[in-house]
Amino acid sequence: MSALSNSNFSRRSLFRAAAGMAAAGTLAACGSNNGRGGGSGSGKQLTQMFHAYGEAGTEQAIKRYAAAYKDANVTTQWITSSDYESKLFATLLTKSAPDLFEFHPQIQLVKSGQVADLSDLIDPVKSDFNPADIKSHTVDGKIYGVRMIDDPQFFFYRPSLLEKAGVKVPETLDELIEAAAKLTTGKVKGLYIGNDLHAVINPMIWSAGADTLNDKNEIAYHTPGVVEGIKKMRKLFTSGDLLLDAPTDYWDPSSLSQGLCAIQFCGMWAMPQFQKALGDDIGIFPFPKTIDSGKQSVYNGGWSMFVNAKGSNVDAAKEYVKWLWIDQKKYQEDWATSYGFHIPPRASIAASATKLKSGLPAEGVKLFNEFGHFDNIGWTQAMITALEDVFADSVRKGGDPEAALDKADKAVNRELKKLFG
Amino acid sequence: MSTTTTRDLASPAPAKASSAKPRRGLRGNSTFNFWLFTGPFLIGLMIFVYVPIGWSIWLSFFDARFTVTPDKFIGFDNYKYMLTNDDFIGSLGTFTVFAAFIVPTTWATSLGLALLVNRLRFMRAFFRSVFFLPTAVSYVAAALIWKMSIFSGVRFGLMNTVIGWFGVDNIAWLADPSPPWYWFVIVTLRIWIQSGFYMILFLAALQNIPAELYEAAAIDGAKPGWQTFRYITLPQLRATSTAVILLLIIAAYQAFDEFFNLLAKTTWGRPPLVELYYKALGTEQDYGAGSAGAVILTLLIVIVTLFQGKIMGFGRGDESK
Repeated sequence: MSALSNSNFSRRSLFRAAAGMAAAGTLAACGSNNGRGGGSGSGKQLTQMFHAYGEAGTEQAIKRYAAAYKDANVTTQWITSSDYESKLFATLLTKSAPDLFEFHPQIQLVKSGQVADLSDLIDPVKSDFNPADIKSHTVDGKIYGVRMIDDPQFFFYRPSLLEKAGVKVPETLDELIEAAAKLTTGKVKGLYIGNDLHAVINPMIWSAGADTLNDKNEIAYHTPGVVEGIKKMRKLFTSGDLLLDAPTDYWDPSSLSQGLCAIQFCGMWAMPQFQKALGDDIGIFPFPKTIDSGKQSVYNGGWSMFVNAKGSNVDAAKEYVKWLWIDQKKYQEDWATSYGFHIPPRASIAASATKLKSGLPAEGVKLFNEFGHFDNIGWTQAMITALEDVFADSVRKGGDPEAALDKADKAVNRELKKLFG
Repeated sequence: MSTTTTRDLASPAPAKASSAKPRRGLRGNSTFNFWLFTGPFLIGLMIFVYVPIGWSIWLSFFDARFTVTPDKFIGFDNYKYMLTNDDFIGSLGTFTVFAAFIVPTTWATSLGLALLVNRLRFMRAFFRSVFFLPTAVSYVAAALIWKMSIFSGVRFGLMNTVIGWFGVDNIAWLADPSPPWYWFVIVTLRIWIQSGFYMILFLAALQNIPAELYEAAAIDGAKPGWQTFRYITLPQLRATSTAVILLLIIAAYQAFDEFFNLLAKTTWGRPPLVELYYKALGTEQDYGAGSAGAVILTLLIVIVTLFQGKIMGFGRGDESK
């Protein structure tokens, strides 16, 4: 009897304790675990956020640079998700926001006070940077990000296949469509420009003699040339000569190097992998003229480091950015040329980067200089999405280009009004 | 959740009073015990459900871009924007089409599977597990398998290989919306994942139908097969069917993962949650408009649920008959 009541009692107290612990646990869970490790101990804690680069060794390299830094303990978040920007934007609002992160220059980050002014870091070495990279990170005379790498994007092709089909390197969009048709065989598609086509939107606009925004930050993409370009893209999309739903997206060299297509839109970063897979049988050309009065173009993309102005360690983060991306030229060159190929934005490093001086990489640098268009800091993510919708509606779905562009105008103007008044 | 907690308060108290032995400690202090047991859950409910809902309603009246602590009050502008936004209104249409198709199909598939498995005489456990296993797969993982190996657009994708045997050209299942093959991809995936779970529910219900009913029907001259199924089995499954349909509709409302993972940068095939994700959490970071959309969606769900409750009588006392 007493044994029973004893066990009763202990069961109850056990429950009570368990409930108490559960309550405590729930509360405690809200506070700590934010992935930064303990805040105590010597040295500051910093977190940095990167998108996952496709090339082997990149993650290790970023962590190696961080480990070499003595004044703070820098941890790296390597985001493998396909939409890095969503992950980044969402995380920036939380307590576990990174202290520094890589991204592209976009003015809404400046206007909302999200990124810190880095002018004092860059000013001493400003003349060493590519002026276009400085311009694309400047708002009202202040510089908000340090460019790490420039990544021109263009077409890669296999000369042997073009020769066999009797096709010359296309210089206009019509020629590209024709080439894609001639190069398509039972097993190989003529052309690959990504599964959702978003990578060629800006090049197509530039090659039609238009631009995303003009100098006064007004819409500049809504021109007859762009409408004609969209119609041509629709023709290409429905021709059956385009590789679609490939296992890897445009930024991965696999589609061309594994023989799924003869021409692929990709970027400078993949050049070493192409050369390794195909040897000498690889060439490059810029995005062809959309209309006859246009000019060939190359999108000079790339990545820059930003400091989270709303973080708790702004000064320490700035120190780290200065140390790695301004002072440590060895690491900067390693980052630009040891994994994928990227063009160093600093003249002094570009001068010593021997890998980019000859052969195909040198041709890539030439296209970058001759046809390149840099980011416009006023062209933000919501506007990018608006034009992606235009391509979805009128190129992939076959809707009226004018109607799609009108819809985009509405979205872009709403954005512009919020940003520039 | 809150209804269960109030019931908990009422029922243990009389049980305690009737017990003969005096208990130590907190006897009689049932209020304390009530809070002790429900407290943790209530706190969780407050922090993770009610506060976000309240916050979301509050946000929907502000110009909240790139912030969740806005200070610019703009009244009903966000609601106006969302209600005149073709994408959001279109997504509600998309969802309706999707639900109208997926709910009956999954219902029929899982009922069919349950009937088949129920009649098995050997390897029962094996077949039950095999059909149930897909339930354990996450939508994201399944979406990747569907996208990259089964419905890949290249010539060696599984489906393209199969249709290739019949001389049909490769199809870009997901990239090309005309004809809308992407629905085929999405629907097959959802049926594959869901039907095993509902099969188990139907199986349990089937085994609860008394054998006497079938005997009586046989004596009365009902032919085995369709007639028995139509007049005995189906009416006996009415309660389970109602529950399954309700669960399926809720699941369809919550559709997100496979749409998000299968369809990149499209303007079609977006159920409301995906649309709101892109608006608020995605690249636009417009928490005001996103919250307004969420409130509109919530109101719709409430109305539909009440309406459905009226029609189907789910939860009424005489339901189990």
